[in-house]
Amino acid sequence: MMHTTHDDNRITKERRDLFLRRQSIIEMRARQRAQAILDPGSFRELLGPFDRMESPWLPLEGIVPESDDGVIVARGQLGGWPAVIMAIEGAFQGGGMGEVSASKIAGALGLARRDCESGNPILPVLLLETGGVRLQEANLGEAVVAEIHAEIIALRRQIPVIGVLTGMVGCFGGMSITAGLCSYLVVLPQARLELNGPEVIEQEAGIDEFDASDKHLIWSLMGGEQRYETGFADALIEDDASVLRQTLQTLAARGRPARHRSENVEEYRRRLATIDPAAPPDGPGLRHIWPKGETQ
Amino acid sequence: METLNFEYEAKGSLTRRAHVGVVGSGDLEVLIEPSGKPTAEVRVRTSVDGYTQVWKDVLDRFFARFGRAAKVEINDFGATPGTVTLRLEQAAEEVQ
Repeated sequence: MMHTTHDDNRITKERRDLFLRRQSIIEMRARQRAQAILDPGSFRELLGPFDRMESPWLPLEGIVPESDDGVIVARGQLGGWPAVIMAIEGAFQGGGMGEVSASKIAGALGLARRDCESGNPILPVLLLETGGVRLQEANLGEAVVAEIHAEIIALRRQIPVIGVLTGMVGCFGGMSITAGLCSYLVVLPQARLELNGPEVIEQEAGIDEFDASDKHLIWSLMGGEQRYETGFADALIEDDASVLRQTLQTLAARGRPARHRSENVEEYRRRLATIDPAAPPDGPGLRHIWPKGETQ
Repeated sequence: METLNFEYEAKGSLTRRAHVGVVGSGDLEVLIEPSGKPTAEVRVRTSVDGYTQVWKDVLDRFFARFGRAAKVEINDFGATPGTVTLRLEQAAEEVQ
């Protein structure tokens, strides 16, 4: 293809206009994200702020609670499909899962499963921006996150469960397992997905093992693009709500995967066995030995 | 965390309710709804202790103009007085 200088300028302007027109998902709060994904006018929140399902535990520890405990559950339509969005608010307590917030997600997944089983399919979408279980509610949070996992495994037999890593917090701890259990996972390049966060690894294993101040290192191993290229995510999209809406509809139309990623235990064991812990590969090295498309 | 309560005289009433903001760093959420009482009742829960007088000044000024009966809850995570005022204005606009 040949381009004149004039054409190149035009393309640049088009790209710039596209960039300026986009609705950034990262810059939205969780409630706005749910509203932006659902068809206009169809957003209906369940257990909203005025239902005051806040954490009973945070005030006891001197921490200001939030009226929705940092999780927005919304029913509506997505491209005409009945859908339920479960969106974690990353700005409140780092998206940490407490007893109430995790129960809202587990409850919504359970209701979606019952609807699906009675012949009324509902597309479940999880918008994940979370540091994992809220430390102040550790045991209760862990217990309910386990319920979320059980519900996802039951629900994904009926309908694809789609996860999206929506914000700059990333997705860590027990909630990274939630992302791993989803039928499909959508990531932005800015996303991070890992069981242990960089700071945790450095604290526990030392700076020689992992330098948590090295952003290049972090994104080269756990960043959205790396996770996509190594087959841990199904779609890598730009930060635009309309692109996300389209991607969710495309994935939903694909139906349930023949085999879920988390069922490929033997394949992942085989992959791990090829790595020498004394000389671990770097990000590009991992892409070479674990290319996407081999597990699904 | 500190919990502060304020009450203001009011004339008109509300027909709508609104929720704005988020309990994130430097921000706050405001819940405003119609009240069964003829006053504006405000409960503030703030992560920063010792600023009762600043809260009183900000709320006195806002409710002197707002003048309507309401039940207001504020959950604050270290917002500045300017941010508090903007969130209150935003909530007031949504219940217009």
